[in-house]
Amino acid sequence: MESDIKLIDDNGKRLDGRTPDELRKIKIEAGVLHRAEGSCYLEWGGNKVMVAVYGPREALPRHTQNPLRAIVNARYNMAAFSVDDRKRPGPDRRSREISKVISEALEKVILVDKFPRAAIDVNIEVLNAEAGTRCAGLTAAGVALADAGIPLKDIPVACAAGKVDGHVVLDLGKEEDNFGDADLPIAISPRTNEILLLQMDGHLTVEEFDKALEMAINGCHIASGIQKKAIMDKYQNATEVK
Amino acid sequence: MTITPSIKRDYLSKLAEQGKRADGRTFNEFRKIEIETGLFSKAEGSAQVKIGNTQVVAGIKILIGTPYPDTPESGVMTTAAELIPMASPDFEAGPPREKAIELARVVDRGIRESKIIEVDKLCLEPGEAIWMVFIDIHIIDFDGNLFDASSLAALAALHNAVIPIERSRSDLEKLQEKFPSVKKYLEEHPTDYPLPLKEPPISCTTVKYNNALMIDPALDEEEIAEARLTVATDENGDIRAMQKGLNGSFTVEEIKKVIKASIDNGTKIREELYKSVGK
Repeated sequence: MESDIKLIDDNGKRLDGRTPDELRKIKIEAGVLHRAEGSCYLEWGGNKVMVAVYGPREALPRHTQNPLRAIVNARYNMAAFSVDDRKRPGPDRRSREISKVISEALEKVILVDKFPRAAIDVNIEVLNAEAGTRCAGLTAAGVALADAGIPLKDIPVACAAGKVDGHVVLDLGKEEDNFGDADLPIAISPRTNEILLLQMDGHLTVEEFDKALEMAINGCHIASGIQKKAIMDKYQNATEVK
Repeated sequence: MTITPSIKRDYLSKLAEQGKRADGRTFNEFRKIEIETGLFSKAEGSAQVKIGNTQVVAGIKILIGTPYPDTPESGVMTTAAELIPMASPDFEAGPPREKAIELARVVDRGIRESKIIEVDKLCLEPGEAIWMVFIDIHIIDFDGNLFDASSLAALAALHNAVIPIERSRSDLEKLQEKFPSVKKYLEEHPTDYPLPLKEPPISCTTVKYNNALMIDPALDEEEIAEARLTVATDENGDIRAMQKGLNGSFTVEEIKKVIKASIDNGTKIREELYKSVGK
């Protein structure tokens, strides 16, 4: 889409005043729900996301069971009131695709071999959407999985980079997402920098891609620090069992 | 399915005989209620309500639409509730089932029949353009008494809602070229303004088990309940809606006791609601 809006001003500042390699403000809280085995509430800029984890429990219906490992069902869902025009409730093609790629990303870090025939359900509810909900959802899911005590190789984390007005920038905001040139959301395992999820749309040269990827990985590590702090805040004062 | 073990049933029944509840409340005492409004920028109004461990989020979307042919001069409201799998290990994904539909309909009736939303003030051009109000309720943590939590969340979100003139300006400007009444409307309402509302009735639910009455049932109490009664009362202490559920029965004295407790709690909850919306 063409636009007359200038997304980056002469001082290199973006519409919301951020520098090119600056993330939006992130706030994470672990263990906010009573019923779920693990949960997380996350705010990332204007995005507000709640995640609940159930399991491992018997996978139903039975034919979905895998005798060798657990299956991971992430369910990404947008609330009807989370966008400008009311979204019809229920899954659409976009949310099904996002659910699939997030499930696959999480499967890589969960020790699924430990729970044959089981299902691990990760419910991601987007309550307010403002560009980058899949990264926000996956990052919250990582914290909720840890809160649920599910054995993980690492806490997965996601962040996007992209290109607006010819500049490679980190973590696209709303206008940048609508009017920008490219968007590159990724998820990584921060301990090893392995890529768990990668999507891209738009137009990048190989050099720009390299720069965007490096920037997104850096963004992931910043978000990872906030994830770990949220988990520490929840558990470091837990009563010691003697 | 969750099966409340019979041991828990015995425990709660024994406590009830002594006039006690598992969480230490008296029979006519609600759990702690917390109301927060205006959480989500994309919604025209929003609220999060906690009753004990039960958590409900409600969002209001207000869009321009066309009226129904039989009510050309009145706005439209619809209510939907989703029992998303986030809230309980027993809730499944997919289209709304019986339970979610009943919940949405009870909340919808409470708001529609009490005429809280002044739908006649939501007309832009008779027969052509009106405001449509969508109430969407998300249950995110389920520990009993969804009726009261959902109604309260919907009410709080409605009190927080504005008619989105700014967001709809381009559509309104297109409409005013066709209809002079929309032009006049825009002159009278140059910017966002609160959704026109009347006084809200507050709903209180009571269950009965082992011949004891318990208001605001927690999940364990709800699961062993024999009968349920929801009573909505208004500011004057008058009754505005009632609904009895389940296959048990109430005596006339019990009904009167439930109504008294519903009025008392309704007054307190209304104060909480007004406080949270700054009224």
